[in-house]
Parts: sequence; structure tokens; C-alpha cells
Amino acid sequence: MRKVYFLIPLLATSLFAEDSRIDALEKAVKSAQSAGDNAWMLVSAALVLMMTGPGLALFYGGLVRRKNVLSTMMHSFVLMAVVTMLWAIFGYSVAFGEWTPFFGGGQYLFLNGVGTAPNDAYAGTIPQQTFMVYQLMFAVITPALISGAFAERMKFSGMLLFTVLWTSIVYFPMAHMVWGKGGLLNASLGGKIPCFDFAGGTVVHITSGISALICALYLGPRKGYGVDPMRPHNLVFSTVGACLLWVGWFGFNAGSALSASGLATSAFVATHFGAAAAALSWLFAEWVVSGKPSMLGGISGAVAGLVAITPASGFVKPFPAILIGAAAGVFCYFMVSAVKRRFNYDDSLDAFGVHGAGGTLGAILTGVFATKAVNDVWNGKPMGWVDGNAGQMLNQLVGCAIALVLAAVATWIILRVCDAVTGVRAEEEHEIEGLDLSLHGEEGYNFEA
Amino acid sequence: MKKIEAIIQPHKLEEVKEAVKAIGIDGMTIAEVRGHGRQKGHKEIYRGMEYQVDLLPKIKVEIVVADARLDELIRTLVAAARTGKIGDGKIFVFDVADAIRIRNDDRGEAAL
Repeated sequence: MRKVYFLIPLLATSLFAEDSRIDALEKAVKSAQSAGDNAWMLVSAALVLMMTGPGLALFYGGLVRRKNVLSTMMHSFVLMAVVTMLWAIFGYSVAFGEWTPFFGGGQYLFLNGVGTAPNDAYAGTIPQQTFMVYQLMFAVITPALISGAFAERMKFSGMLLFTVLWTSIVYFPMAHMVWGKGGLLNASLGGKIPCFDFAGGTVVHITSGISALICALYLGPRKGYGVDPMRPHNLVFSTVGACLLWVGWFGFNAGSALSASGLATSAFVATHFGAAAAALSWLFAEWVVSGKPSMLGGISGAVAGLVAITPASGFVKPFPAILIGAAAGVFCYFMVSAVKRRFNYDDSLDAFGVHGAGGTLGAILTGVFATKAVNDVWNGKPMGWVDGNAGQMLNQLVGCAIALVLAAVATWIILRVCDAVTGVRAEEEHEIEGLDLSLHGEEGYNFEA
Repeated sequence: MKKIEAIIQPHKLEEVKEAVKAIGIDGMTIAEVRGHGRQKGHKEIYRGMEYQVDLLPKIKVEIVVADARLDELIRTLVAAARTGKIGDGKIFVFDVADAIRIRNDDRGEAAL
């Protein structure tokens, strides 16, 4: 008995110690999770930037003629700098502020209040600055994708003005509608018409793809289109670029989980499976139709698959991902070969045929295959058609339609404005000489140097 | 002196070089050129767009020799460069007025 009496004060102190030990443990767990998530999100941000430069710069640079290689790479590269400035001043605020369903407003102007503390509305375990810089990389690549449609014939000044206005008027509001808190189409943060778009099928690919088509139509074909040979000058570049896009896309899609979680893994797997299936389906379609499987076909297919799986990546299981990819490869091949020829528009590098078409297909198929078994955003309620919620198809279509109309109308108006201010089409002699020499005063290949 | 310009298949260059060296002719200049004679080009397809490529890559070999060695050189070249298929190329022969070795002013056949 004496022993027990002796233990009472000891027990009291140890209970007290237990409480503070649990506190310390919880703190440690939280900080460990935050460290893990932040590490993955910073890597993802870097991966997404790598998609624009060097990924897209090489992919597009290789597809143009030798005389335009630098001007084409410049389109991608310069946007890495230009969009960053816009993002810092007002872009982040318009996209991720919480003012109206269409427009984020001014609460984060000049990155006011965007520090190392998390923003719980979006990602509660990582510094808001990580979230901000990650989302910036999406804003960088989206206008760069459009450049595929006006490559080899757009004035640099016109291109700068166009992309500044386009990013401000189309991209920032669209990003707000789909991803911003209270945005019209937001699926998890109180949108009126919830539309599933995990990593940017509507925001990135439909907007850029449709705008690309409008640019191609507005600018008209390149001089000599359909008569002069316009073969890609270096498919080795394009292959390296496409493979960098493929790898970077893991940051784009798996990073969109905003944490180093099982959801990120699931999106990573879906992304990879979609790309692989699409590379094969394009290759085989081409093999059947034109007799030979080409390197360009393989990489175009992979990119088409990556585009289509983007909105679905965080909502679908691996085999639906393969189906989405396989469908995208064949569909985009048909768009760039048969449809482009039939209507005879000069989408130089097929920004519309791959991103517009693949993005739309992906957004629609996301409505079919999104399932709570992968990402239960509605707390047990059915999500896509496979869950029994066929009505989601309508929401997906509305999302596509809004992106399509906003992008098409705004792009047309912006082009008219740019035409009046700087001009958009390069002068004929400049186009003949090559934009590298005439607009930038340099050449990509100086073999005698 | 005569100059020959031989347009040959690129993959025949090594054989031609060895054969010419074997008969003791040391000088030659080559260039990568593109062109076509009667040979038809080929078709390339990029994302469904077909391009007819007419000008094919060839190698142009230029050699200047003494008149007495011309026939032997031509026989050697033809033997080395021939595959028997369309696209093997052609040899053109020109008169050369003079030759000067820049290093020491040697002239004529002595400069070759």
C-alpha cells in the first residue's frame, strides 16, 4: 500500500506530461505533413515551369521551319517572364480572390497577404506562396500553348500585347470560375454549376485550344501554305520537348492534388496511363491510314493523351484513364489530319487540333468516369456517370461551352484591338525572310561561326 | 588537265574515296548537295500532311587530274559508285585552264 500512496503525485504529474506530449506530437505530425506536402508542391511547380521551357519551346521549336526556330521558342520563353509579372501584380488576385463567381477581385493585389501561412480555402498544409507560385506556372503555359497556332507569322509586339490581354481577360477569370473559392463552376468550393476539372481541361486546354483556332482564322494561313513545303525542321527537338512535357505533366496533374497524398499518386498513375494509351492509339491510327507509324505521330499522341487526361486525372481509376487516352489519340489524329485539311485553316502546330479537341473530349469523358472511389469531393454523393450521376454530363458540357464562348469571343476582340494598336501579322518580307532574322536579329543555327 | 564533278549517292562516298586513293590520286573536294535527275523523290507525311520531296541528298565529288589519267579515274569512279539502280548519279567532265599551288607557285599538272 505504501507504494501506491507514493505513486499518486507521480501519476498526476505524468498525466499532465501526457497532455503536453500529445500536443507536441500533434504539432510534429502537422509539421511533418506540411514539410512533405510543401516539398512535393515546390517540385511540382518546377516541373510545370519545365513544361513551358524547355518542354513546349523545344516541341514547338522543332516543328517550325529553320528560319523561325528562335521566334517560336521565344513565344514560350518570354511568357515565363511576362505572365509572372501579371500574376504578381493582379493575376493571382483575380484568379484566387473571393469576390464574385466570375472574377476574384482585389484582395491579393500585389500579393498582399500572400505569405508563408497556408490559405485554408485551397491548401491548408502548404504556404500560400507555394500555392501561388504553383498556380502561376499554369498561367504561364496556357497562353504559350496558343502560340502553336500563330507560329511563323505573328509580330512579336502583337504577340506580347495579345498574350498580356488574353491572360488577363480569359485565363485569370476562367481559372477563378473553375478553381477559385465560390467560382461559378467550382466543384468543391461552392460553385453554382459544379464542373469537374482536376488540373485544367477547361481552364487551360479548351481556352487555349479554341483561342488558337480563332488566331489561326484571324491571321490567315502562312505565306505559301499548301504550296511550299513546311516540314518540321527538327523532330529531334520535338521529341525531346514532348518527353519533357510528359514528365512535367506529373507536376501539372499529380501536383493538382495540392498535397503529397494518395490522390496525387492516383492522378500520377492516371496521367501516365492516359499518355501511354494515346501515344499508341495515334501511332496505330496513323499506321493504318497512311502506312507508316511516325515519331511525330507518337509524340503528338502522347501530348493529346496528356491533354485529355488533365481534367480527369484526379477523379478516375487507371483503366478509364487508358480509355480516355486511347480515345484522345485517335480523335486528335482525326482532327489534325482529316478535319484540318477539310476546312483548310492553318493551325501551324495544331494547338487547336490537340489542345482544343483533346481538352473538350477529356472534359466530357471526365463527366463519364469521375468516381467518388477515387476522390470523394461530395462526401459520398455520386459524381460522374459511372457513379450513377448522368446529370453531371450536362454540367461538364456547360463548363466546356462557357470556356469555348468566353475564349472565342474575347480572343476575337483582343485580336481586333491588337491589330489596331501594334498590328498582329508580320510583314510579308519578314515572313519570307524568317522571323528570327527580321524580328529578333539573330539566327538559330550559325554553322560557320 | 580535266576536272570531273561526280554526283554520287551519299552512302557510296567511302568506297569512292578508297578507290580513288588506291589508284594514286590524292586530291578531292566534296560537298553535300541536293538535287535530282530522272530519279523520283519520295513522300513524307507529317500529321497527315503529305510532302513530295524531289531534291534528294547527294554528294558532289570534285577532282582535277592530268589528261592522261582521266579515263582511269572515270572507270574507277563508276565502278565504285555504281549500285545499278536509278539515283546512282552522274559524272561531268570539264577542261581546266590552269592550276596554281598557293604554297609555292607550282603551276599546271605539277600543282595537282
